[in-house]
Amino acid sequence: MVKRIDAYEKVTGKAIYADDLKFDRMCYAAPLHSEYASAKILDIDTSRALAFKGVIEVITADDVPGSIRVGGLVPDQYVLSDREVRFYGDVVALVVAESAEIARKALSLIKVDYKPLKPILSPQDGLNAKPVHDFQKNNVVEHFKVRHGDTKKGYKACESIVEEDFETQFIEHSYMEPESCIAIPNPDGSVTVHGGMQHPFTTRRYTAKATGLPLAKVQIIQTTLGGGFGGRDDTIAVICARAAILALKVNRPVKITYTRDESMRESYKRHPFFTKYKAGIDKNGKFKAMDVDFLADAGPYCAVSPFVIWRPTVQCTGPYIVPNVRCDSRAVYTNNTPTGAMRGFGTPQQVFANESFVDICAEKAGMDPLKFRKLNFFRQGVTTHTEQKFDKHKVSIEEVTDKALKEIDWKKKFKICSRGKPDKYDYLFGIGFATSYRGVSLGAEGNDFCSALVNIQPDASILLEVGVSENGQGLKTAMVRILAGELGVEDERIHFIDTDTSSIPDGGPTVASRGTLVGGNAVVDAAKGIRKMMRPVLKELIGASKKQYLYKSGKIKNPDTKKSVSFEKAVLACHNKKMYLHALGTFSGPDVGWDETRGRGNAYFTYVYACQACELTVNAKTGKVKVGKVVAAHEVGKSINPQMSVGQIFGGIVMGLGFALTEQVRHKDGIIQDVNFNTYKIPRSIDAPEMTAILVENPDPAGPWGAKSLGEPTNELMGAAVANAIYYATGVRFKKTPITSDDIKKAICSK
Amino acid sequence: MTKVVKKVQLNGVEKMVEASPESRLLDVIRLELNLTGTKEGCGEGECGACSILINDTLINSCLVLFGQLNDGDKILTVEGLGDAKHLTSLQECFITEGGTQCGMCTPGMLIAAHALLIKNPKPTREEIAEALAGNLCRCTGYKKIIDSVEKAAKIMRGES
Repeated sequence: MVKRIDAYEKVTGKAIYADDLKFDRMCYAAPLHSEYASAKILDIDTSRALAFKGVIEVITADDVPGSIRVGGLVPDQYVLSDREVRFYGDVVALVVAESAEIARKALSLIKVDYKPLKPILSPQDGLNAKPVHDFQKNNVVEHFKVRHGDTKKGYKACESIVEEDFETQFIEHSYMEPESCIAIPNPDGSVTVHGGMQHPFTTRRYTAKATGLPLAKVQIIQTTLGGGFGGRDDTIAVICARAAILALKVNRPVKITYTRDESMRESYKRHPFFTKYKAGIDKNGKFKAMDVDFLADAGPYCAVSPFVIWRPTVQCTGPYIVPNVRCDSRAVYTNNTPTGAMRGFGTPQQVFANESFVDICAEKAGMDPLKFRKLNFFRQGVTTHTEQKFDKHKVSIEEVTDKALKEIDWKKKFKICSRGKPDKYDYLFGIGFATSYRGVSLGAEGNDFCSALVNIQPDASILLEVGVSENGQGLKTAMVRILAGELGVEDERIHFIDTDTSSIPDGGPTVASRGTLVGGNAVVDAAKGIRKMMRPVLKELIGASKKQYLYKSGKIKNPDTKKSVSFEKAVLACHNKKMYLHALGTFSGPDVGWDETRGRGNAYFTYVYACQACELTVNAKTGKVKVGKVVAAHEVGKSINPQMSVGQIFGGIVMGLGFALTEQVRHKDGIIQDVNFNTYKIPRSIDAPEMTAILVENPDPAGPWGAKSLGEPTNELMGAAVANAIYYATGVRFKKTPITSDDIKKAICSK
Repeated sequence: MTKVVKKVQLNGVEKMVEASPESRLLDVIRLELNLTGTKEGCGEGECGACSILINDTLINSCLVLFGQLNDGDKILTVEGLGDAKHLTSLQECFITEGGTQCGMCTPGMLIAAHALLIKNPKPTREEIAEALAGNLCRCTGYKKIIDSVEKAAKIMRGES
């Protein structure tokens, strides 16, 4: 077993999260949020708030020294709303005071005159409405497509054609730690920000832009992060930028810690998707053609919306061979809460629709869902609908499906599903499953690059820094494990340094389940650099060899002479020769590419495969669903730490159950309705099913030690697995998430 | 509001604490006593991140005002589990069984589990889940947390 290296501080309450930090002369800021989903700002009067005892300063858009707009792809997000608010969580002003309590009290003294505008409440409306941003021609943030073969011809050869619409909801990440950061003005004019974020470098870019400082004068230090799931990028970056503006203005450390209500009101969510699937199936049960349309609600800011719709576009068919495919995906600006990255990156929405649809197609073809899938699954060496040949990794979709279904005993249980006929206690039983394939890391949507810095001290203790971040997933432990293995030393010798933007190059965001893969490869490369440096000294110590020296169990051995030296002695010998053992390792992703006009190319350099199956009961009277058992089989390449891998799977499953059954952020006329856990229902301990995780290892040449990725695929399958199981239990097909007990009750009653 | 002084047993040590009676106990613990192991997750008693024990009863410290404390009350926060050199079996098992990921819910989970094991040294998995139902976790899916508590209870009973 490999222990988490940060577990001790976490079980003793010693781990330091951003809000746990205190600095001399620190003051506290609070945000004033918009009162409307869309309105012009006519006037802001801050005088009464400024006069309130304990208030130090109040700022508005006019006080932003640098760029008022920031953004990763499109600079369309306002650091503070300037003349217009575009959603209910936009920040109009900030109060900084001697305490957080005073700052929040003073917010009500700021008077803002608004002229309400008609908000855009759905992406459908957005397509024909006046642009949310006056610098845009229309509200389409991005449009991606796939054109493969000729679908019209494809349908002609078909025995049946199936067409269905699906819809998914806004999902809140629900990281347990609300946003928090502290900005400190330094005497040299630079600024340091401590905070919990997934990508300190986004924060640095936003903060530099908004303050007008060069990147080198903005230092971002990551504190222990209380959960991320994709949600700790743009929102926290803007909050940090605001704290920095304030700190520089009042020349004191400024802390901003959000309440849960503020966090849920302002932070971006998972994109709701409106999805259409149409497929043609021939007389043998094979897919011949498929049309797919995705329409995503982007809210008023682009954020990473293009990437979020690109991934499901690439993976639109699911792991199935379809000779003729058309897919169009659009993300559209609205005045709802903004949407961005969330665990899965567009795929929980797509897989819910796709894998529900495949079960519908199977029934139409007169086959059981397993037989139908097996007939259509990707095979080794397949050229997919995006014209990528899968010959560099093992296509393991059938392997994961067989393993998961065998474990849960699907064959036997599928036969005994209630299909709408309750037992004598009024319960309905169902079993369902879903499968997926998933491109690893960013793919052609981003620049896959990462670095690692290894710094060996004279006493042979080791400092390790990596350009990707610990989000709570166990990245530090995995990185330490890899370095320890590469240098043949014990984990305890290595000290992991949390990300500091002023000492390690930008490794890209720790998203897309890429941490282990890109960080790990950079660590492997850095270790290689160290070993190369040590070679001449080892030659003197244990003799020359044409082969690689062996680093194992704290010793370095010459494979020819069998002579060995302890790691410590070798390190000391290097230092005595004025050699500083220090290496920067880098990783650049293999070549990927995407032709946007045709929608084809090597979108990702490798893929993972998964199958999750669940059994459940539905109370026919109340509609309440009890998920009893889930089995998940995930192909991961190689697991660096099986205990943490399995932990990722369990967490992903339960989060997926929330998506399937209970969670939804509702809006009424653009105003968010769910801003705390009293109405936003994430699963509790009593909702967690019995779970079994199966790790399938087919080491991948692209990964460190063969490892690929895991965080997100665990969270993309439960929607469809649950919807399918509910169908076999009740006989009712639900095509919209969440499938609440009320929905089920109504549907059963009206049957 | 004028401050008041209360004499409490804080993590086994008698302590005079001065604060406004209207302050939330959570703020007094975090800001006045500098015990930042107790976390704020929701501020309305839904998530359990701020769980502490008052006289062995589990409470959300965000819902209690300092003025509601009585002199002599026994308060236990995560910092009072174990001592400088020794972790409790619960803490050990959260490490070995993978019961902590991001760690934000961990102090509250430990306190809620501790409260359970005081009353019920041999809980079933269902009883453990029930006892932790007021504590939200978004990372683990709860399974490994329940495993950790089950294992710790076993060790404490001398069975493992």
